Amino acid sequence: MNIPNLLTQIEKVDPEVYDRLDSRRAIFKHFAGFGKKLAVAAVPLAFSSMLNKAYGQTNRSVTDVLKFAFLLENLEAEFYKQAAAKDIFATPAGKKAFETIRDHEIAHVAFLKTALGADAPNYSADTFDFDAGGALGGKTFTDYGTMLAVAQAFEDTGVRAYKGQAAFLMSNNDVLQAALQIHSVEARHAAHIRRMRRDMATMPADQKPWITGKDRGGLPALIQPVYDGEDVTTQATVKITGTFGGITISDAAASEAFDEPLTTEQVTTIVTPFLK
Amino acid sequence: MTKLLKPNESGYGLLESVNKPINRKSFFKFAGAGAAFTTLLLSGCNDDDDGKFNGVVYTPPTTGTDAVSLGSGDVGILNYAYALEQLEAAFYTQVITTKYAGMTALETQILTDIRDHEIAHREFFKAALTAAAPAAIIPGLTPNFSSINFNDRTSVLNAAKTFEDLGVSAYNGAGKLLTTPDFLVLAGKIVSVEARHAAEIRDLIENGTFSDTANNDKGFDLVADPATVLGAAKSFVKETIDFSKLPTS
Repeated sequence: MNIPNLLTQIEKVDPEVYDRLDSRRAIFKHFAGFGKKLAVAAVPLAFSSMLNKAYGQTNRSVTDVLKFAFLLENLEAEFYKQAAAKDIFATPAGKKAFETIRDHEIAHVAFLKTALGADAPNYSADTFDFDAGGALGGKTFTDYGTMLAVAQAFEDTGVRAYKGQAAFLMSNNDVLQAALQIHSVEARHAAHIRRMRRDMATMPADQKPWITGKDRGGLPALIQPVYDGEDVTTQATVKITGTFGGITISDAAASEAFDEPLTTEQVTTIVTPFLK
Repeated sequence: MTKLLKPNESGYGLLESVNKPINRKSFFKFAGAGAAFTTLLLSGCNDDDDGKFNGVVYTPPTTGTDAVSLGSGDVGILNYAYALEQLEAAFYTQVITTKYAGMTALETQILTDIRDHEIAHREFFKAALTAAAPAAIIPGLTPNFSSINFNDRTSVLNAAKTFEDLGVSAYNGAGKLLTTPDFLVLAGKIVSVEARHAAEIRDLIENGTFSDTANNDKGFDLVADPATVLGAAKSFVKETIDFSKLPTS
């Protein structure tokens, strides 16, 4: 795990990352000792916990949130621009669905750009690495299954990411409502992409438009963080499973009925491999 | 965008207010988000000095014996959500009890899943409101599905589409009416599942229409205020729902 490189990448997501941590120097001093004290395997965990410290309970401004959303929407828009142009779809309807989603993501980018004004960073296709540093074997835009898998990962991440940021927007009703209106569109996209995967002959039959437990639905292990923590069956101390009027709510149904938020730090960890 | 660029009630336009930090009260509520929900419910809803539960006092029905008041404040909004979830749960329970002719195995699985999710939502609100606001929780409502032909696929799926899109628009409009961050997150956890339902139901009716609700210049999904939502839901419930005390901003 290349910590300095990761920090450079995270800086693209969050230019203020160093301000959130003690200081650039302190971080490197901190990690300099890692080789001696910690096994290599423990480094990602320590890094994650450091990010957690940086973002956990952080008071994020509305601008911070909009910038974060702007990056995610650009990631999606640039992905769908390339994906929808390919001719590897199983059906014409599939291609049309990607065009529909592409247009929504482009509209979200345009909205956020206007909202951010001079604060909007410049992103382009060159900002992103849709092969995730080689992890997807160069198949993102050449293999239909891989392309759908990446789309599903982005959409389900988007849904969870907006959910995790909503509370930071409570000081501004207009922005909060706009974010919610984008959030539910991402969920609609996610459901359709999952449906497209369900309709593939090679997919497990239990692939659904909603997320069951923390099942990543046959996606590569790289994608597991998108689904970790989705297997919750208790909400706000209320146990969701049980039998009500003769109908039993299983663990699977209880987890499907609620989508869970992701923290800024968790989303950053998921998105970072897709940044150049 | 027109609305967003106009100054809001607090006098900040979007472009100024994006730089405005989250207000102090919200922040401290948020900072305590790790605390148990029940505690937050109780402390978050009874922090006024009037001796009432967040200003909610039980009001006897005023428009007839079958009127139900949602109440006010965050509890009123939770009651609003509980009312909608009751309707959805009752609808899908009926759909599965009296399946339409020719319901496929896949459709049965989808509609059964959705039924279970809506029951989970309903029971969640029931338990949470019973624990936190026993005097303010609305009773079980009596659905009126006489306009739906449960033996007809088109009738059932169109009704399902109406309920799901309505649910999405209701939660999207209710977010800003909530003052407790934990409730906003909970509403967010539910609305995206409603949106997944809406997309799937729409695709069952016509593949590819999953997110046509967002075919506009900003790519925004539906949003509606309680008056609009309850107006649309009115014919599906026997009781009169009084939403006059709900917050409006």
